[in-house]
Amino acid sequence: MTAVPTVLDERFRAAAAASGELDVAYDVLDDTPVGRLLVGVSDRGLCRVGFDPEPEAELERLARQFGPRILRAPKALDRVRTELDEYFAGHRHAFDLELDLRATPDFHRRVLEELNRVEYGHTTTYGTLAAQVGAPRAARAVGTVMNRNPLPIVLPCHRVVGANGSLTGYGGGLDRKEWLLRLEGALL
Amino acid sequence: MSGIPPFERFYDAHKGEVLAFLRRRAGRDRADDLFQETFLRALHAYGRLEHGEHLRAWVLTIAGNAVVDAARRERPTAELSVEPAGEDERPALEELAPLTDDLPPKERAAVVLRYGYDLDYDTIGAALGSNEQAARQAASAGVRRLRREKEQR
Repeated sequence: MTAVPTVLDERFRAAAAASGELDVAYDVLDDTPVGRLLVGVSDRGLCRVGFDPEPEAELERLARQFGPRILRAPKALDRVRTELDEYFAGHRHAFDLELDLRATPDFHRRVLEELNRVEYGHTTTYGTLAAQVGAPRAARAVGTVMNRNPLPIVLPCHRVVGANGSLTGYGGGLDRKEWLLRLEGALL
Repeated sequence: MSGIPPFERFYDAHKGEVLAFLRRRAGRDRADDLFQETFLRALHAYGRLEHGEHLRAWVLTIAGNAVVDAARRERPTAELSVEPAGEDERPALEELAPLTDDLPPKERAAVVLRYGYDLDYDTIGAALGSNEQAARQAASAGVRRLRREKEQR
């Protein structure tokens, strides 16, 4: 099988990203402080942040949600990469990215929008978030929303803890939640 | 849209073969530009595919057409000897392919993709770098030409 030279491969990926014809451009960031991350953008904004990606499953899922024109195109992720680097270095306290939540069900989106108001270095509880979206008894459902958050880190579900202050759970594993809260100074 | 793989998988599965095909057909230098053109054309059409079958034949047809179009741009009046799919990459349709060897490239591609691979005209149009109507016309012109040739034999 003919090997495609890297320069040719990269040129096509950049041209594809510039063509505006991709449903999702993604990249895998191999060495962030919280491990491997898959990040994806659509024409509307950031649509995926995934921990420990299994590319096969992630791509299938993105194709189902956004369409089959999914391509690894690192150029399209420059801004996302920069903002994440700044955040991990402690220099950025809020993300300035458009978000694409069109594949997220309505109730989930309302909870995530409320979550997005929780500021850097602060925490809230599942019950508080539930009350804020007008469903005070839905703390458990809010937990499910956090668990399925398509944009962890950027939509800060790590800032949501149990009523007694315990970390409770995290889609990316408790170690990561703890690391992120320490980074933000919310845990000593 | 069942069965259509994410474009990344499609690209990864066929990029080596497409590049090899383009190098044989157009030479090493021109193959680089045509490689990008082929996959951009494929990307453009990919969202309108109705199923994920015969993607190899489909992308080789797109590559073949990119070669033909490039040759036309360079030597608009020259006789073209290029065909859409390589002789050594004969699509699976054993019976149809030899019959269509003498057709002009676009007609041959349209006939083979329509009757050999059962692709719809929209998809064929995209593979040919044109549109549904042009694909339909090319296929029917090809069939008419085959009929005439058959009668003359």
